[in-house]
Amino acid sequence: MYLLMIDWWFILEKFLLVGFVVTFSLLIAMYTTYAERKIAAFLQDRRGPNRAGPFGILQPLADGGKLFFKEEIIPLASSKFLFVLGPSLAMLTAMLTSAVIPWSTPLQIGGRDVPLQIADLNIGILYVFGVVSLGVYGIMIGGWASNNKFSLLAAVRGASQMISYELSMGLALIALLMLTGSLQMSVIVQNQIVHGWHVIYQPLGFLIFFICALAECNRTPFDLPEAENELNFGYHQEYSSMKLGLYLFAEYVNMFISGTVMATLFFGGYDIPFVNEASWGLSPNLLAFIGFVVLLAKAFFFLFVFIWIRWTIPRFRYDQLMNLGWKKLIPLALVNMVATAIVMLLRNR
Amino acid sequence: MNAWEKLYLPAVLKGMFITLSHLFKKKATIQYPEQKRSFPKVFRGLQVLNRDEEGRERCTACGLCAVACPAEAITMEAAERQPGEEHLYREEKYAAKYEINMLRCIFCGFCEEACPKDAIYLSETVTPANYSRAGFIYKKEDLLIPDPTKDPEGYQKALGHRAKKINN
Repeated sequence: MYLLMIDWWFILEKFLLVGFVVTFSLLIAMYTTYAERKIAAFLQDRRGPNRAGPFGILQPLADGGKLFFKEEIIPLASSKFLFVLGPSLAMLTAMLTSAVIPWSTPLQIGGRDVPLQIADLNIGILYVFGVVSLGVYGIMIGGWASNNKFSLLAAVRGASQMISYELSMGLALIALLMLTGSLQMSVIVQNQIVHGWHVIYQPLGFLIFFICALAECNRTPFDLPEAENELNFGYHQEYSSMKLGLYLFAEYVNMFISGTVMATLFFGGYDIPFVNEASWGLSPNLLAFIGFVVLLAKAFFFLFVFIWIRWTIPRFRYDQLMNLGWKKLIPLALVNMVATAIVMLLRNR
Repeated sequence: MNAWEKLYLPAVLKGMFITLSHLFKKKATIQYPEQKRSFPKVFRGLQVLNRDEEGRERCTACGLCAVACPAEAITMEAAERQPGEEHLYREEKYAAKYEINMLRCIFCGFCEEACPKDAIYLSETVTPANYSRAGFIYKKEDLLIPDPTKDPEGYQKALGHRAKKINN
């Protein structure tokens, strides 16, 4: 359907895909809060929320409804525009990252190949990094605009933490990029389908990436920006109602997205291990669905590990955090990079 | 600490598996409204004003419970039994008004010990929550046990096993 030289089907399918991905990530984020509470309870020999609906599955709805109906408070001494901008930015950047993730193999609808990836940028990973770096502005602007000492302190901590850990994250990924020779997400997944998962070639790189992902999502043990007992919830202390909700939601969306990014980069994305699913002779749409479910399963595993870690490990002190970031992870990532380069050079000879 | 311990990763993994093992352990939670913790036999709960087997109130409004009460939670007013009220009150004097403020009561059971007529005892029920302070001031109607001649089942249920079984 070409009109005015524009492929309207293309625009429609992208719009649908964006709508689906956004709704889906929000839904996942909603139920991650439920999973968080349930797993926390189970790890502590409790039962967790079980009153709203069977097994408490309506609890996220109740929580969301509560947040919507709470009183909206904007502190008098705050900078109002920035105060509202903070949570919006946090949510926006959390959502933007999902644009380059290849969710599955293309669907076939009416003879068209509909790729399940919003944008297959040739600089996919670079885009993820850019957007994740922007994510710090949500915390910084929110904490700063609150005009509260605790919030400002948390914002400063958050900014320095994210900048420190982004470095080693990037260094860990360079080794992976040397393996694939491409920044394109779909190429990285294809490479893994052919040669095996990257986690086999880059176990150290994955470990560094995982630790940095924890830090980027502000999850325990790196949750210094919202340290409950020293900073009174930190950067979102002055926030109420759905503005607080957006911050909390953004954290869970970030968790889900970083889980999928890790699955895509290191665990083969939508690839099913040990089998060649293309030889099963199934319809491409069914295969795409299976691939999507497989990717989700991997992402959910990472979500579980994130939650599991949160309820096991206590928070770092600020100096410990900086020590780990600058003195341990960055040298380690550099060593990993150089070692990868040397091995590749020797094998090419 | 040696280099291996300084890595912290083994210790972290050990901790993670400890928490993971708790995932499958028995839960300590008691699902309260459906499932109740059984109280010990000496548990002292809400007060009950007892009746005798003919359904007459035992209380004679002597005021000893109010005197014994360390929290001063009991208020009562006495009245004389009129002719024709013998089926309601056991003695010639009875409590026209009998109130216990459950916010003041400390459930020490001294009222039960002080009572010469075995008219008051502490049951095995916990004082339920209420929306107002006024709701915590229990009137005589709230405290009185069901009439054994009219509602023997309710009487036995409310009696529990803490009331002294006496037939005088």
